[in-house]
Amino acid sequence: MDRYGMQNQIACIRRSLFDQGYLDEQFIQLEELQDDANPNFVQEIVTLFYTDSTRLIQNIELTLTSRPTNFSKLDDYMHQFKGSSSSIGAKKVTSECAVFRQYCAAGNAEACIRSFQHIKQEHAILRKKLEFYFQMMGQAAVAQTT
Amino acid sequence: MNSSSGKSYMSTASSSVIWKAGGDVVADQFPAGLRVLVVDDDPTCLMILEKMLKACQYNVTKCNRAETALSMLRENRNGFDIIISDVHMPDMDGFKLLEHIGLEMDLPVIMMSADDGKNVVMKGVTHGACDYLIKPVRIEALKNIWQHVVRKRKNEWKDFEQSGSVEEGDRQPKQSEDADYSSSANEGNWKSSKRRKDDEDENDERDDTSTLKKPRVVWSVELHQQFVAAVNQLGIEKAVPKKILELMNVPGLTRENVASHLQKYRLYLRRLSGVSQHPSNLNNSFMNPQDATFGPLDLQALAATGQLPAQSLATLQAAGLGRSTAKSGIPMPLVDQRNIFSFENPKLRFGEAQQHVNNNKQMNLLHGIPTTMEPKQLAGLHHTAQSMGNMNMPVLSHGSQSSQNNPLLMQMAQPQARGQMLNDSTVGLAPRLLSPMGQPMLSNGMATNVSTRNGVPENIRAPSYNPVSQTSSMLNFPMNHISELPGNSFPLVSTPGISSLAPKVAFQEDVNSEIKGSVGFMPSYDIFNDLNQHKPQNWELQNVGMMFNTSQHSNSLRGNLDHTQSVLVQQGFSTGQNRNSTVISKAMFSAGDSTGHVNAQNGNQHLNSLFVDNTVRVKSERVADAAPANLYPDHFGQEDLMSALLKQQDVIAPAENNDFDFDGYSIDNIPV
Repeated sequence: MDRYGMQNQIACIRRSLFDQGYLDEQFIQLEELQDDANPNFVQEIVTLFYTDSTRLIQNIELTLTSRPTNFSKLDDYMHQFKGSSSSIGAKKVTSECAVFRQYCAAGNAEACIRSFQHIKQEHAILRKKLEFYFQMMGQAAVAQTT
Repeated sequence: MNSSSGKSYMSTASSSVIWKAGGDVVADQFPAGLRVLVVDDDPTCLMILEKMLKACQYNVTKCNRAETALSMLRENRNGFDIIISDVHMPDMDGFKLLEHIGLEMDLPVIMMSADDGKNVVMKGVTHGACDYLIKPVRIEALKNIWQHVVRKRKNEWKDFEQSGSVEEGDRQPKQSEDADYSSSANEGNWKSSKRRKDDEDENDERDDTSTLKKPRVVWSVELHQQFVAAVNQLGIEKAVPKKILELMNVPGLTRENVASHLQKYRLYLRRLSGVSQHPSNLNNSFMNPQDATFGPLDLQALAATGQLPAQSLATLQAAGLGRSTAKSGIPMPLVDQRNIFSFENPKLRFGEAQQHVNNNKQMNLLHGIPTTMEPKQLAGLHHTAQSMGNMNMPVLSHGSQSSQNNPLLMQMAQPQARGQMLNDSTVGLAPRLLSPMGQPMLSNGMATNVSTRNGVPENIRAPSYNPVSQTSSMLNFPMNHISELPGNSFPLVSTPGISSLAPKVAFQEDVNSEIKGSVGFMPSYDIFNDLNQHKPQNWELQNVGMMFNTSQHSNSLRGNLDHTQSVLVQQGFSTGQNRNSTVISKAMFSAGDSTGHVNAQNGNQHLNSLFVDNTVRVKSERVADAAPANLYPDHFGQEDLMSALLKQQDVIAPAENNDFDFDGYSIDNIPV
C-alpha cells in the first residue's frame, strides 16, 4: 500500500473509533501530547493502561465472586478503573463503569456482575481496535521511511 | 540564604514582578519552571499528568504514594511550588495529605478525582485545597495552576507588608485587591482577616525599604530566640517589626526580615494552638498523661518531619527527657509548639509546629488553656524561653507554686492584653496547672517554661511550632507564650492543652478582635468567646489542660490548631489525638465532621456549633481542643476541662493575630 493510502486508512480507522464512541476527546488530548520527543506516547499510555487495568479487573473479579459481596470495595476498585479509563478516553468502558457503580451503590450484586461482563467486553474490544490502530501506524511509519 | 529559599525567593520575586507590572505576566519565565509535585496511585493518570505538566513547561516530580510525597516534601520544603494530588489513594486519603501539607508546608494543593460529587468537592474546599480538578484532567486545566502559587505568595506578601514592611506603593493596592479575587474561600477569609489584622497593627510600621526581593535570612536558633525574646518583651500585640528589630539589635537584619518572620511566627503560633502533632507523636506524648513525655515524643515527631533541626532535637530531647521524668504527665505541648517556630526556616512550617502541637498535647492548643504546656512547645520556645526564660524561670521554678507562676506569667502576659486576661484566669488555674505540671517541668530542666504549663500553657503552645527541639521549646515556650501571645497567656492559665489551641486561635482572634480578656472577644471564635465567658471555669481548664497535656489533649489541641490552618482540621481531630478537644474544633472545621473529637461535651458541642458558624477553620480547631476533655477520662471531668479549655481558647485566640486565618493550616491531627 502506498504511503498516502496507508495514512488514509489510518485516518479512517481513527475516525471510526471516535464515531463509534469507543474513544472520546480525552484521547485527542493524549495525541496532542505526543511530540518528537515522545513519538509513541499514546501507545505507551495505552499499554500502561491495559497492564494496570488488567490487574484491576482481576481484583474486581475476585471481589465479585467472594461472598458476602463487598460493595464498598467494589466501588473503590471501580472508581479507580473509571478514573483510569477516562484518562485515556475510553468512552464506552468509562460509561459502563458508571453503570456498574450505580448498581453497586444500590447493592445489586447480580446487576453488578452483568455490568462487569459488559465492562470486560468493552475493555477487550477497545484493546483490539487500538492494537490494530497502532499496528497500522507502525506500518505507515515504516512505509514512510522506505 | 540557602538555595532552596533562594529558589522560592525567586519565585516570589517573579510573582512580585508580575504584580508590579500591573498583574501582567512579565517577560520573565514564570510560570515556566514551576515545580510541581503530582501524586496519584494510578500509573496511567500519573504518566499523563506528568506529560501534560511538562508540556506546560513545569518542572514535574511524580509520586505514586502519598507517604512518599510527604516525606519528599519534608525533606525539601522549599523544593516545590505546588502539589497536585489525587483524592483516592490506597495508602493515605488525599485529604489527609492535603491537611498535612497545609499544616507543615503551607504549599498550595490541588485535589483531583474522577469523582465530581458535590460533597467531595466541598470536602476539598473545606480541607484547604486551592483547587479541585475533575478527571480526566485536561491540559488546559493545568496551564493555569500557577495562579495558585502566585496567589498564595501574594497573600504572604500582604501579610508581610502589613506587618510593617512597606513595599512599593503600587504593591499595596495590589494586595488589597488580592483579597478580592482570592479564589478559594479560605484564601478570602484568610486574607481579609489577615489584612485586617495587619492594618491594625502595622500601619505605622511602614518602612521605605520596599524591595520586593528581600534577601532571605536564615533564622538560626539564636536569632529566633532573640526574636522571640523581643516579641515577648514587647508583647505579642505590640510586637511590631520595627521595635522587634530594635530590640534584637542584630546588624544586617532588616525590618522586612523581621516582619516576614513575625508573620510566620504568628502563623506558627496559631498552628500550634490548633495543630495536632503527628499522630505518632501524639500517641507517644499524649498517651500517657502521667508521663508527659511529650518532650521526647515531640522531638521525635519533629525530627521525623525533618523540621526539628538536629540541635533542637537534641535540646528538646534533653529537656523533654528531663521533663518526662519529672513531669507529672502534663505535657506541655502547647508551649513547644509555639517555640517550634521554625528557626531554620524563614517560612513558618506550620506543619512542624503542628506536629508538635499535636504531639505535645493538644491541650495547649486549646484555647490557650494553660493546661498543657506541651513540652514541644517549650522546645519551640526554647529560644524564646531563653529570653523569656528569665521571666518564666522564676515562675517555673515554683512549678508547684502556681501562684508564683501566675505572677510571672502575668508579667509576661502583661505586654499583651491577652496575657493579662489569662493571667487573671490563669492565676487560678495556673496554680493548679503549675503544680502538676510545673513540677515535672522543672525537673526537666525545661522547668522554666514548663512550669508555666500551668500557667504558661500558652507559651508552650508556641514552641511546638518549631520542631527544633522539643525540650527547648518547652522551656521557651512558656516564656514566649506569655509574652508573645497574648492569647497564649491565656492558655497558660486555662489549660495546658488548650493553650495550644489558644495560640492558634489567638492568631485568628487577633484579626477579629483582641482578646478582650480572653473572654469571647474573638469574633471568629464565637465559641471561644463563649467559653471565655466562663472565666470561672478557667481553673477547670486547668484540669483540662492537665489532662490534655498528658496525652490526647495535646494531640487534639494540635489538631485543632492545625485545623485552623486548613480545613483539614477536622480530620486532624478525628485522629483521635485530639480526642476531646478536637471535637470542638472539628465541628468547626469540617462543619461538624468531628470524628472523634466530638467528645467535646456539651460545651464542645456548643462550641462546635458556634464554630461551625464561623468560617474560620481555626476556630473549629480550637474548639476541638477544648473538647479533649473526653480524652482524659480520669482526671478532671473532661467535660469541665473541655469547657474550660474552650473558654480558654476563646480567650487566647483573640490575642493572637488572626490574620493568618486558620484556613491554611491543617493540623497534624489529621490521622494519616
